[in-house]
Amino acid sequence: MITPTHYMLLSAALFVIGVIGVMARRNIIIIFMSIELILNAVNINLIAFSAQLQNAIGQVFAIFVIAVAAAEAAVGLGIILAFYRNKETVNIDEMNLMRW
Amino acid sequence: MAEAIAFYVIAAFILGFAVLVVSTKDTVHSVLFLVLDFLFVAALYVLLQAPFLAAIQVLVYAGGIVVLYLFVVMLVNLKRPPEAHQDPHRRTKLGLGLAAAVLLELGAILVYTSTRPGTPVAAGGTLPVTGNTEQVGWLLYTNYLIPFEIASMLLLVAMIGAIVLAKREL
Repeated sequence: MITPTHYMLLSAALFVIGVIGVMARRNIIIIFMSIELILNAVNINLIAFSAQLQNAIGQVFAIFVIAVAAAEAAVGLGIILAFYRNKETVNIDEMNLMRW
Repeated sequence: MAEAIAFYVIAAFILGFAVLVVSTKDTVHSVLFLVLDFLFVAALYVLLQAPFLAAIQVLVYAGGIVVLYLFVVMLVNLKRPPEAHQDPHRRTKLGLGLAAAVLLELGAILVYTSTRPGTPVAAGGTLPVTGNTEQVGWLLYTNYLIPFEIASMLLLVAMIGAIVLAKREL
């Protein structure tokens, strides 16, 4: 029998894998993909509870999360392109233009 | 029983592809593993009786966002990969430690919530429509109309912002 706890554990594991990607990798494109993984973990949680409570509101919020993720990907990748044009790198350790 | 088998198979694929996404050296391979990961998450949504969200997941994530990533990966043709050179400021150990702290925190939350008796949650309100897509659409256009409009405005602003950022000169 699959309970919401199973889905929460899967979601937590996916979230932690995303956090490891954000923390340990230096390629900013991989970091953005890890953020997408984290958002997917959140969506799994929302929809698992939506199914458990027989209530579609969780799915509505998952749609909002997907919309925000799409906006974030578009703007973030635009920033990456603009930065790459100036500095020829996608390594976040070299992205210190704003450092005082 | 069949649900349990489906859940464990899909969960194993999701976690395996997620590990490959964050660990592969080649960025293009990483993006392709991300597509597979999103498709298996969509399969999980079908298992959770949310077929509309599964369709959205395939269309928006596996179809739209990943194509955007592929375009950017191929536009920034990397002659030297970011992880190739060893710089002294690499903080991989610190990052892994922080991720382990997040894992501990999640475990603590799990233990804390499993030792407390769960508060009964009110069952979902009855909607005048049946069917998954109809229910989601009904909620989006009645109770959540203003957040829906704000989300559309956010997408418009993000579209203009991405064009302005990526254009060479205006």
